[in-house]
Amino acid sequence: MAKITYVEHDGTEHTIEVKNGMSVMEGAIKNNVPGIVADCGGACACATCHVYVDAAWEGKTGEKSAMEESMLDFAENVEDSSRLSCQIKVSDALDGLVVRMPESQH
Amino acid sequence: MAEVQAPDLNSRVVIVGAGHAGGSAAAFLRQYGHTGPIVLVGDEPLAPYQRPPLSKAWLKGEADAESLSLKPAEWYEENDCRLILGASGTALNRGARQVTLSNGATLDYDYLVIASGARARMLPIPGAGLAGVMALRTAADAETLKAALGPGKRLAIVGGGYVGLEVAASARALGAEVVILEREPRVLARVACEALSRFFTDYHEARGVTFELSAGVEAFEGANGKVTGVKLSDGRVLPCDAVIVGIGAIPNDEMAKAAGLECVNGVVVDVEARTADPAIFAIGDVTHRPLPTYGRMFRLESVPNALEQAKQVACALVGRPGPHPEVPWFWSDQYDLKLQIAGISFDADRVLLRGDPATAKFAVFHLQGDLVRAVEAVNAPPEFMMGRKLIEHRTPVNVDKLADPTISMKEVAA
Repeated sequence: MAKITYVEHDGTEHTIEVKNGMSVMEGAIKNNVPGIVADCGGACACATCHVYVDAAWEGKTGEKSAMEESMLDFAENVEDSSRLSCQIKVSDALDGLVVRMPESQH
Repeated sequence: MAEVQAPDLNSRVVIVGAGHAGGSAAAFLRQYGHTGPIVLVGDEPLAPYQRPPLSKAWLKGEADAESLSLKPAEWYEENDCRLILGASGTALNRGARQVTLSNGATLDYDYLVIASGARARMLPIPGAGLAGVMALRTAADAETLKAALGPGKRLAIVGGGYVGLEVAASARALGAEVVILEREPRVLARVACEALSRFFTDYHEARGVTFELSAGVEAFEGANGKVTGVKLSDGRVLPCDAVIVGIGAIPNDEMAKAAGLECVNGVVVDVEARTADPAIFAIGDVTHRPLPTYGRMFRLESVPNALEQAKQVACALVGRPGPHPEVPWFWSDQYDLKLQIAGISFDADRVLLRGDPATAKFAVFHLQGDLVRAVEAVNAPPEFMMGRKLIEHRTPVNVDKLADPTISMKEVAA
């Protein structure tokens, strides 16, 4: 279980307890958090679950796969801290994680 | 036309159909601030869930029921969304704004959303009713199929479309023997170009799948009520333990049609997902909808389509501007392949191959002059992502650059 804070582009915060083994994207979708779309349901096929991971957490959220890297390379508003949230698996180590959302997923 | 009404956040919304479209419409309505009652009616015993994994991760045992569900079970109660399961809409009284369900109940609505989806097309041939002959559409279908698969089991797949190919890949991963029977001379004949058909056939053959192309399926043979083989029109009988029929789907538009709503291979809707009756919307696989990018009407079967139209209806009902129109897109996972498709190859006059299929990393572009109309990308996210943008913005491309995979997709615009 990890407490994750999702911050919408307008600053609205949603703090949610997400079960281990789920992805950060699933935590948002299942709790109806706006701003993460996840058209493909987590298949790393659409880049509509784009988030920015706070710098302090970068080491703990795992490495980007070549596929994720490649999808992000062509997404909008990408920064160094950009990740696809469907590719970040939740564990106790992510308790307190903060992710911010881009202005748009398209 | 009825009078234009100001959005009423307290209106009573009945959604008939609890698939990806219906379930998402309920969720977006609440997300966008709708406060009135929402009733969601589904003909399966389950709350809304994701279907795409049924032929992929779920079938291979890599995803469980909880991960398939669209929302946790408690979401519906917490969000005052009444779920009626095991029932479908059977009749519509537009004058009284009432819908009658298969369980006999009648529901009043201010707004009705038809999200009844599509059903699998079955083969009207002898033996179609035998146990072991099935379609893959629902979680229950997937349970039945999974139980029939395993090492040494023989699966015959009728129809070489995406569902058939995905099931073939998953069944091979579970150790089953697989034969695909396709009426056309190539798989994916209706939806993909020849280069892609060839590539997928070769890839599956190399992983042990057998193909019978230009095959006529005459009957299913059985013993004790259970399927034992597929009889072909050339007289051969292919023995099998189970059959998946994946030959397309038929929209469940009968209730709408009977109520006098226009249907053309699905319920006709506008860009807000509204029918000609201002109180009735339709979303998802059941709709015949405008495709602004292509200037025509079409019926799509995809999750992105279901989500886009779910947003359209939710926006219309709460008075928000509608979502940005999307380029239709699709994806398919088979073995270690990720196929991503953007657009539809309407009006294309040329097919351009970028990259070498032998490397299992390439893309096929469908061009109309120097405009990209569609792209099919295999393990090629840049081609898919950039292709989608080029289609959306109608950006002309430099065709020579596009044909050269050493030139970045960021530099192919003319």
